[in-house]
Amino acid sequence: MDGALAVDGSLGREDSLVTRVLAGLLLVVVLFAFLVGPQFVRPANLELMARQTAIVCVAALGMTMVIVAGGIDLSVGSVIALATVVTALLLRSNSGPLLAAIGAVVAGAACGVLNGVLITTLRVVPFIVTLGTMLLVRGGAKGLADERRIETPMTWLNELLRTVRGGSGILLPWGIWLTVALAIAVAIVLQYTKFGRHLFAIGSNERTARLCGVRVEASKIAVYAIAGALAGLAGVLQLSQLSVGDPTAAIGLELDVIAAVIIGGGSLAGGKGTAAGTVAGAAIMTVIQVGCSQQGLPNWVQQIVTGTIIVFAVALDRWRRS
Amino acid sequence: MSGVRKTFGATIALDEVDLAVRSGEVCALVGQNGAGKSTLMAILAGATRPDAGRMTLDGRPYSPKDPLEARRAGVAMIYQELSLAPHLSVMENIALGIEPSHFGLIDRARVRQTAVDALRQLGHPEISVDALVAGLSPASQQLVEIARALAMQCRVLVFDEPTSSLGVEDATTLFELIGRLKQQGLAIAYISHFLEEVKRVSDRFVVLRDGRNAGEGATAGTPAAEIATMMIGRALDDLYPRRPRTVGEPVLDVKDVMPGGATFTLHRGEVLGIAGLLGAGRTQLLRALFGLEPVRRGTVRLGVHAGRCTPHDRWQQGMGMLSEDRAGEGLAPGLSVGDNMTLAHLGDTGRGAFIVPAMQDAAARRWIDALGIRTRGPRQIVAALSGGNQQKVAFARLLHESVDVLVLDEPTRGIDVGSKAQIYALVDELVGRSKAIVLVSSYFPELLAVSDRIAVMSRGRLGRALPASEWTEHSLLMEASDARTAS
Repeated sequence: MDGALAVDGSLGREDSLVTRVLAGLLLVVVLFAFLVGPQFVRPANLELMARQTAIVCVAALGMTMVIVAGGIDLSVGSVIALATVVTALLLRSNSGPLLAAIGAVVAGAACGVLNGVLITTLRVVPFIVTLGTMLLVRGGAKGLADERRIETPMTWLNELLRTVRGGSGILLPWGIWLTVALAIAVAIVLQYTKFGRHLFAIGSNERTARLCGVRVEASKIAVYAIAGALAGLAGVLQLSQLSVGDPTAAIGLELDVIAAVIIGGGSLAGGKGTAAGTVAGAAIMTVIQVGCSQQGLPNWVQQIVTGTIIVFAVALDRWRRS
Repeated sequence: MSGVRKTFGATIALDEVDLAVRSGEVCALVGQNGAGKSTLMAILAGATRPDAGRMTLDGRPYSPKDPLEARRAGVAMIYQELSLAPHLSVMENIALGIEPSHFGLIDRARVRQTAVDALRQLGHPEISVDALVAGLSPASQQLVEIARALAMQCRVLVFDEPTSSLGVEDATTLFELIGRLKQQGLAIAYISHFLEEVKRVSDRFVVLRDGRNAGEGATAGTPAAEIATMMIGRALDDLYPRRPRTVGEPVLDVKDVMPGGATFTLHRGEVLGIAGLLGAGRTQLLRALFGLEPVRRGTVRLGVHAGRCTPHDRWQQGMGMLSEDRAGEGLAPGLSVGDNMTLAHLGDTGRGAFIVPAMQDAAARRWIDALGIRTRGPRQIVAALSGGNQQKVAFARLLHESVDVLVLDEPTRGIDVGSKAQIYALVDELVGRSKAIVLVSSYFPELLAVSDRIAVMSRGRLGRALPASEWTEHSLLMEASDARTAS
């Protein structure tokens, strides 16, 4: 989806970055296909990995935009948990699945607006603000759920990430298509809208953005709101997997989300990141996890491998550029 | 130091410069901005290495690899921006890097003694060695910085614009201190562009101009005006095209604005020059006009628009600004040439909220061709361009948004002569098309050649704008350096 950027061959950098991340993804898939055997690349297994990637991937698309704008959002894990609780409560009050899902997205967006407003008005760095809201939202979710899991009636929401043979969808479950559609939308926003270019400008040099008349504060609030809404949507997907609203869900997931963006070529210094890279980054992490467990390697090995890859992916990128 | 030479890329910063500082003497190094003073001192203090030339210290060859080695050899620099660790105490700062220790454990008693001794030597024992540096006034912080140099047994002290962060009283205290240090036999190099200070504090002066020695002498016997002549001393060349201008209606009306203390009216078809030295407050004034900083007092009226404005409003009202800080503010280094040119997004780059890459490229190509910007294309990352070409990209932004009022802050700083000439030609063409321009510069020849009227800013106040023909480089420099009261 970034191919069009290379028409005159002079941009190069972002393209080759995405190409490298995709090559990395292919490499790990081929590696595990050798280790585990051909069943690793059978359609059913690929679908399984896609389903496992979806939740992190949706949240990471929002995080990509935040990181491009030079920010960070540590509260996504908590927002996902809050979203499962909100969805569950709405389902139990017979609101209907669509309304329940919309409620979760709105709740997520509200958390994002809170992040954005705190960051721009208090002038506290995003890391600290979202570290605070991470706890704050988590606490809110627990309070809302009375510190219990909330059982929900079965609806079509539960089929979003169920395998297509037992649920609904065309070739892949609807939840995967939703993720793909969002990835394309985020890619378009980042590359082909004024808002997207403003995010890059803010992340690359906030003072330049201000000088050029970019409404820096409004853009930041908007980007955190979008990231919050996408985290809310990730929460809906999480609920479809768990079937319960769980205020203790997704603890520590924000780190997976950030890792996906970073492996995908995003830079914590801002001004860098692509939707395609992030999707590939999230997929790389899933392939390693699924591959290791199908190879019979224990969980601790997976963690060591994933950690090593994060550090070396970034180091490799830096080394190539210098 | 003799025959010191330093080039940055194609720019020759220093060419065969000689400088001698004797112990028990204050030698002032003067010159206009960009004359090479700071580069020379950076070489002396080990922060940069020269391409050629010899340095000797007490008769022995001296070529420090880094500032620490220079300090160990006895040469310390007191920078414009203080270089203390704000969260550490006074004594920790003074002993930083030379902590007396036993088996890796710091000997706190000796650290304290070192600090107390150094402050006593300065004649300022009233500064508590336990106080946190962050809590001290700028003047006291500077004393701590000097004490640190003394604690290291430094024999040569370099002061780089030391009064820029000080008030009048603190500056007087500093001059007295420098006098005492001189009597203790230290050699002191003093950089300043305030001639008044130079007259007060130094025994001898050395003038640098365009990276070369341009005269020296005993301060006492030389009037300030003569030093100023040595600092300027150059004929105008035909860098500056100038077609006949017709001054039109007023567009920008500024009344008693703080910051800047400015009152002026800018008309279509004219260039208003603002002269002044670095730190005089020119940039703050421009930033306030453009909405980047709050207007604390007074009124700014741009056409029909008055009241509070953001930069966003200013662009829409037809005003554009070129920042003096090209790398830090003027450009987003990681973005492409095209993105940087069209970032304000009022010109033609797409439809609605969307950017059409072909339209953006076409717009950028137009300016690349018009300004002769050397780049591989609109999508090249702007950081890869040379300084002059980067500046043209930043300037192209104002052209692309076709603003009527251009606020230019040091538009030619640090760029090559060819790019300079192009920018002067552009300014002339724009004024010919009845645009209005505010030009801030500390390079007086260009101000005199390009402006129709010039006002001088000194210590935060803007003087009255007079026709450019009534000024000379000399009178501008005298006014800007506050030198009328000296000599």
